[in-house]
Amino acid sequence: MPTTDIEPTDTVDARGAACPGPLMDLISRVRGAESGDVIRLLSDNDQSLTDVSEWVDETDNELLAVDESGDEYEFYVEVA
Amino acid sequence: MTDRIAILGGGTGGAVLANNLAERLRPEIDAGDVEVTLINDDPDHVYKPIWLYVPFGKREPADARRPLQSLVDDRIDLRIDRVTRIDTDGKRLELRDGPGSLAYDYLVVATGSTLAPTEIPGLEEGGHDYYSESGSLALRDDLLSMTEGHLVLSVIGTPHMCPAAPLEFVFMADDWLRERGLREDVDITYTYPIQRVHGNPHIAEWAEPIMDERGIDVETFFNADAIDPEAGTVTSMEGTEIDYDVLAAIPPHRGVDVVEEAGLGDRGWVDVNKHTLEADEAEDVYALGDAATTGVPKAGSVAHYQAGVVAQRLESEIRGRPATETYDGKTLCFIETGMDSASYVEFDYENPPSPAPPSEKLHWSKLAYNESYWLTARGLL
Repeated sequence: MPTTDIEPTDTVDARGAACPGPLMDLISRVRGAESGDVIRLLSDNDQSLTDVSEWVDETDNELLAVDESGDEYEFYVEVA
Repeated sequence: MTDRIAILGGGTGGAVLANNLAERLRPEIDAGDVEVTLINDDPDHVYKPIWLYVPFGKREPADARRPLQSLVDDRIDLRIDRVTRIDTDGKRLELRDGPGSLAYDYLVVATGSTLAPTEIPGLEEGGHDYYSESGSLALRDDLLSMTEGHLVLSVIGTPHMCPAAPLEFVFMADDWLRERGLREDVDITYTYPIQRVHGNPHIAEWAEPIMDERGIDVETFFNADAIDPEAGTVTSMEGTEIDYDVLAAIPPHRGVDVVEEAGLGDRGWVDVNKHTLEADEAEDVYALGDAATTGVPKAGSVAHYQAGVVAQRLESEIRGRPATETYDGKTLCFIETGMDSASYVEFDYENPPSPAPPSEKLHWSKLAYNESYWLTARGLL
């Protein structure tokens, strides 16, 4: 079960996508987002754990939380 | 009762599928029990991989075009028209020119990719691509007049057609400029959106040392956000700015609007079961090639193999048998590593690629396939 109570502005469901699909879907959504928006990325690919955090570190965006539930992950990214 | 199959799109996937069905279902089509209609909005079939060679003066856009009518079996009802609406509940297609709408029992969406450069401010004015006829010609003009400066290849949109082509472009540009004695005066930079030079880690691991050895500069985690054509700069979401003299860009891609409007998937790509290629959101609808979100590259070989799967499944359904054929992710690509050498990869959902050592033989194999492609389109190879 999700442990965060963050309310996302938008959700990107990239479950089932091979890497780097989830990260690219996230980047695409961040492109069109407003500053302060929170994007929730759903992924079931382990590689997303490193892909997403490494990319966020390269930007001014912030990774607010990562929820793990079984084989699925929820990333909450606040757009700078 | 006649079973009506409509194929939307006459690119590689649509043409190969139409010809495959004409062969498989010949008795039923001849008896009038099955009708196969192929709808394309261009009378020509276009083989896009030829465009990679246009900027280097090796091929012309006309080499990539042949009349669809000359490639498709006479048993296929070919309509040059544009579908303006897909009604998956009523199983009807509305057509721009008509007459009327077209009813179907089975629909195959093979609408391919379109380019969306306007999603990036300044890209249309400031960059060129080799993913279109006009872009490849404009890029040729820029490259031919380039004697010094900075050539930047920026992968902006993913997924995009032929994921190997950006690597091929910089490898070919490096070689082409060396042959012309200009390489010392032209810097080459390759940018990619994620932390490596290709989406597939095995291909990235193979390509990075070659780029290093050739002196091709690399900027990873570079997602171009804006291009300033006047200043000649590309700025990324990550805050990096690169000056350029010639910008070869891979623009954002989309599918087609009617797919999104029909609720089949986002950005015009059809959500499908990656094995059966059946659409998630509608009955009796398949998608293949670039239009289908299977996670494998948007490449001609993929469309070709998927067309065989869909053809077999449709044949089974029409003959009242269980459809058993599935797509295993098979992908095959030649990768040019210069003007006279190439590598080759073959992979699927379970087995990763392992690029072959570059050789002249593989380069000529690629060129030979580009010629024999027309047999593939006709369903013969």
